[in-house]
Amino acid sequence: MRALRWHGKQDIRCDNVPDPKIEHPRDAIIKVTSCAICGSDLHLYDGFMPGMENGDIMGHETMGIVEEVGSEVSNLKKGDRVVIPFTIFCGECDQCRRGNFSVCERSNRNKSLADKVFGHTTAGLFGYTHLTGGYPGGQAEYLRVPFADRTHIKVPLGIPDETLLFLSDIFPTGWQAAVQCDIQPDDTVAIWGCGPVGQFAIRSALLLGAKHVIAIDRVPERLAMAEAGGATVIDFSKESVVERLNELTRGKGPEKCIDCVGLEAHATATIDSMYDRAKQAVMLETDRPHVLREMMYVCRPAGTLSIPGVYGGLLDKVPFGMAMNKGLTFRMGQTHVNRWSDDLLRRIEQGQIDPSFVITHKVGLEEGPGMYKTFRDKLDGCIKVVLTP
Amino acid sequence: MSGRRIAPRQAQALAQGLGWFSIGLGLAELLAPHRVARATGLQGHERLVASYGVREIATGIGLLTSRDPAPWLWGRVGGDALDLGTLAAGLRPANRGRERSGVALLAVLGVAALDLACVLSLRPSRPRLPMPLAEYRRRSGLPRPPGAMRGAASDFVVPEDYRTPEPLRPWGGKAA
Ligand SMILES: NC(=O)c1ccc[n+]([C@@H]2O[C@H](COP(=O)([O-])OP(=O)(O)OC[C@H]3O[C@@H](n4cnc5c(N)ncnc54)[C@H](O)[C@@H]3O)[C@@H](O)[C@H]2O)c1
Ligand SMILES: [Zn+2]
Ligand SMILES: [Zn+2]
Repeated sequence: MRALRWHGKQDIRCDNVPDPKIEHPRDAIIKVTSCAICGSDLHLYDGFMPGMENGDIMGHETMGIVEEVGSEVSNLKKGDRVVIPFTIFCGECDQCRRGNFSVCERSNRNKSLADKVFGHTTAGLFGYTHLTGGYPGGQAEYLRVPFADRTHIKVPLGIPDETLLFLSDIFPTGWQAAVQCDIQPDDTVAIWGCGPVGQFAIRSALLLGAKHVIAIDRVPERLAMAEAGGATVIDFSKESVVERLNELTRGKGPEKCIDCVGLEAHATATIDSMYDRAKQAVMLETDRPHVLREMMYVCRPAGTLSIPGVYGGLLDKVPFGMAMNKGLTFRMGQTHVNRWSDDLLRRIEQGQIDPSFVITHKVGLEEGPGMYKTFRDKLDGCIKVVLTP
Repeated sequence: MSGRRIAPRQAQALAQGLGWFSIGLGLAELLAPHRVARATGLQGHERLVASYGVREIATGIGLLTSRDPAPWLWGRVGGDALDLGTLAAGLRPANRGRERSGVALLAVLGVAALDLACVLSLRPSRPRLPMPLAEYRRRSGLPRPPGAMRGAASDFVVPEDYRTPEPLRPWGGKAA
C-alpha cells in the first residue's frame, strides 16, 4: 500500500510499504477513506519531537471502513464505517475507567521507555513517535487499529467524510480545551492560535456559552475564519496582545485562556522570542513557550489556563512564580477523544455544527508531502488539509 | 536597486551566507578590534569596533536560526548605515588612515547593496488565497449567526473532574 513516511526533518515521502496485518486478537484493519494533516504532525515534520525513526508512517486523523477484525473484536464487523481516535486505549485500566483515555496505562507498547522519560507512561498514539508506542499512522491506504474493540467511533452512513473526520482529533480537542475552562456565562475566553484546533476551540467556547471569545493569530484568513465563529480578533503582528486583552476586559484580563499554538510559537521580535530561538538552535531548550508566558501574564488572577497546544520537553524562563501567586489553574493534556466523541457526533447529527468548514485543501495521498509544507507555511490560504488515498 | 529580484530560494541561501558573514566579521571585530580598526582607518575607535562586533554576532545568530530572516536582514541594513556613517567620519582630511576608510566604505556599500537586494527579494509575496478573504469570513460551520448559537450546547454537563473548584468560581455562578 502507499503511505506517507517520515524520513527526517522536513522529509516526508509517499512510499510503497507492506499492508498491515492483524497482529493481535483485539486488532482491526481499516481501509482508509479520508485522513488529515494535523498541527501536531508539523512538530514531527519540523523535528521538534524526539523519538521518531526513519520510515515511520505519519498520521493520526483517520477514518474508513473496517476491512478485517481480530477474533476478540465482537462489536465491529467488515464494512462498518468508523472514525479512529488518535489516542489508542484499552478501556479497562484504572485511567480508562476514569475516562482519561490519553493516559491509558496499557496501550503504549513502549511503556518502559515512556515510564523512564515521563515518569509514568501515557497512551499509545498513532503515527506519533516511539515514546507513544511507535504505532504506524493513518496517512496511508490501510491502518492497523490496536485495541480496536474500544479504539473507534462508529459513525452512520449518509454523512460525508469531511463532516465526520475531525471527530478523530481536532473537534474533540477544541471541545476539551473549552471544557477544561468550565465556562461560566460571564466568562471572557481568550484563545491563542487560529489554526484548526483554535477554530474548534472558538466554536466550542461559543456553544458552551462564553460571553466573549477573543482569538489571537496573525494569518489574515485564519483571523477571518475566527470572526466567522463569533470571535473578536487580535492580530499579534500588528497590535499588543496584552494591551488589547486588557482593554477588552476593562483592565481585568480574561478569566480563561486557551493555548492552541504549542511549542512552535512565533512572536514579533520580542526579547523572549529571540532568546527562545537562540536557545532552541543550540539545543538548550526544546520548546518556545512565548504563548504560555503571555497567558500567565494577562490571565485574571484565579483564572484558568487550558493548554491543548503540544509541548515536547524543556521550557525556559516560564514565570511560574507569577502563576503561583495569581493562583492560576492549569489544565492540559492530549485529548481523551472518546470521552467526548459520542456527544459531539450527536451534535453534528443535530446540525449544531458542521466541522467541514475548516477544510481548505483536499488532495490525493501522493500529494501529501507537498501539503505538509503548504500547511506549515500557511501558503495558498491553507488551514486544513484532507487527503484521500 | 536594478529591480531584478533574486529567486526566493537563492535569497534564503544568501541570507544564510550573510548570517555566517556577520558572525565571522563580528568575531574579528570583537576579538581583534585593533587590527580591524587599523585596516579601516579607524584607530582610536577600538571600543566602538568591538561593540559593532557584538551587533554583528547577534544579527548573525538571528539570521541563522529564524525561519523568517527578513527582520534580521533589516537589522543588517541598519547596521550597514551605522558602519557607513562611522567610516564617512574617517574620511575627514585630518585622519591619516583616510584612504583605508575610503576603501572600507566602498566595501560596506557593496555589502549593503547585497543586504538590501536580499531582503527585498524575500519580501513575502502574500500567498494567493484559494478563495477570497470574504469567503473565510463566511465559514462559520454553524447553522445560525454566532450570536444566536451562544450557549446552544449548554445542555452539556461539565464532568465533575473538569469543574472549577468552588472557591474559584464567580459569586452567584452557575449552580449544579
Ligand atoms: N492536545 C491535543 O490532544 C492536541 C490535538 C491536536 C493538536 N494539538 C496541538 O494544538 C496545536 C495547534 O494545532 P493546529 O492544528 O491548529 O496547528 P497550526 O500550526 O495550524 O496552528 C497554530 C496557529 O498558531 C498561530 N500562532 C503562532 N504563534 C502564535 C502566537 N504567538 N500567538 C497567537 N497565535 C500564534 C499560527 O499562526 C497558527 O495559525 C499544536 O501544538 C498541535 O500539536 C493538540
Ligand atoms: Zn492531531
Ligand atoms: Zn487503558
